[in-house]
Amino acid sequence: MNSSNEKTKLDNELAIDPTLEQALKEFRSSVQTWSEAMYTRPRTALAAAPQQRVWRLAVGWALGVALVAGGVSGGFYERQHRQELAQMEAARMAEQQKIAAAEKVREEEDLLAKVDSEVAREVPSAMEPLAQLMAEDETNK
Amino acid sequence: MMDSAVDLADAEFAAVVTTHRPQIFRFLLASTRDVDLAETLTQECFLKAHRNWGGFRGESSAMTWLMRIAINLQKDHWRNRRMQFWRHTQTNSVDLDEASEWLPSGESSAEQRVLTHERVGQVWKAVERLSERQRTVFLLRYVEEAELSEIAQATGLSEGTVKAHLSRALGKVRGELGGKR
Repeated sequence: MNSSNEKTKLDNELAIDPTLEQALKEFRSSVQTWSEAMYTRPRTALAAAPQQRVWRLAVGWALGVALVAGGVSGGFYERQHRQELAQMEAARMAEQQKIAAAEKVREEEDLLAKVDSEVAREVPSAMEPLAQLMAEDETNK
Repeated sequence: MMDSAVDLADAEFAAVVTTHRPQIFRFLLASTRDVDLAETLTQECFLKAHRNWGGFRGESSAMTWLMRIAINLQKDHWRNRRMQFWRHTQTNSVDLDEASEWLPSGESSAEQRVLTHERVGQVWKAVERLSERQRTVFLLRYVEEAELSEIAQATGLSEGTVKAHLSRALGKVRGELGGKR
């Protein structure tokens, strides 16, 4: 029942009064006239289209070439930069090795000097009487 | 044998193009108010139709089938445009005043022509304010003079929904013309 009421209401709303009918008729005629005129017009735009395409192609190529050139030069620069960095790193390592070797030599010299000084140390004072006894024994013989 | 079947299909399709191309173009022109866009979409519509011509089983008329393709292409076009808002979104749509200048060359007086121009302009104004779906349904019904069942098939909507859209669209046109809502 409700749906039939709804349907009737819609049908009533779709009913067209003479004013609206006239306006819709004029609108239809207007669209038809416009469409026919545009459909049968000489297509000047077609002549312009390939030129536009050529331009787009040229711009595309130029951008492509610029991108490739940028990529290649970027790669070259990156390679050079890496080589320089590697050289600098190698020089730094060599310097560090040199410093480490010098440090090691110095440490060894220090150690030897310490050993020498410890070996050549005088008899401690507590052992002095014993040392004298040993010296006397030597003279008595 | 095979070649003759292909030739026959091509001949059939050529006839369909000749018969229906102006109507598809008219619908797309009224929908977009952009001549170049309407031409492009019409071309795409027939390209797509040609590709799928083998699959057309004649369940609906060729016109309804073509109209459905055209409506979908138009939808895709607007969807893509919305997605590409960051691109140069220049539109070639003619303004409402220019669109309503196209009047059939009858024997009407200058005064009548002015009145007609005004009324056509009012309808265009109302059409512009319609939703995409309402506009499609309205143009199919009152410009292409399609039956409700054909509109339902072309849009994929039920007849009831088509009626509802038409009713709202007519309400807006009435409102613009100053008649009853």
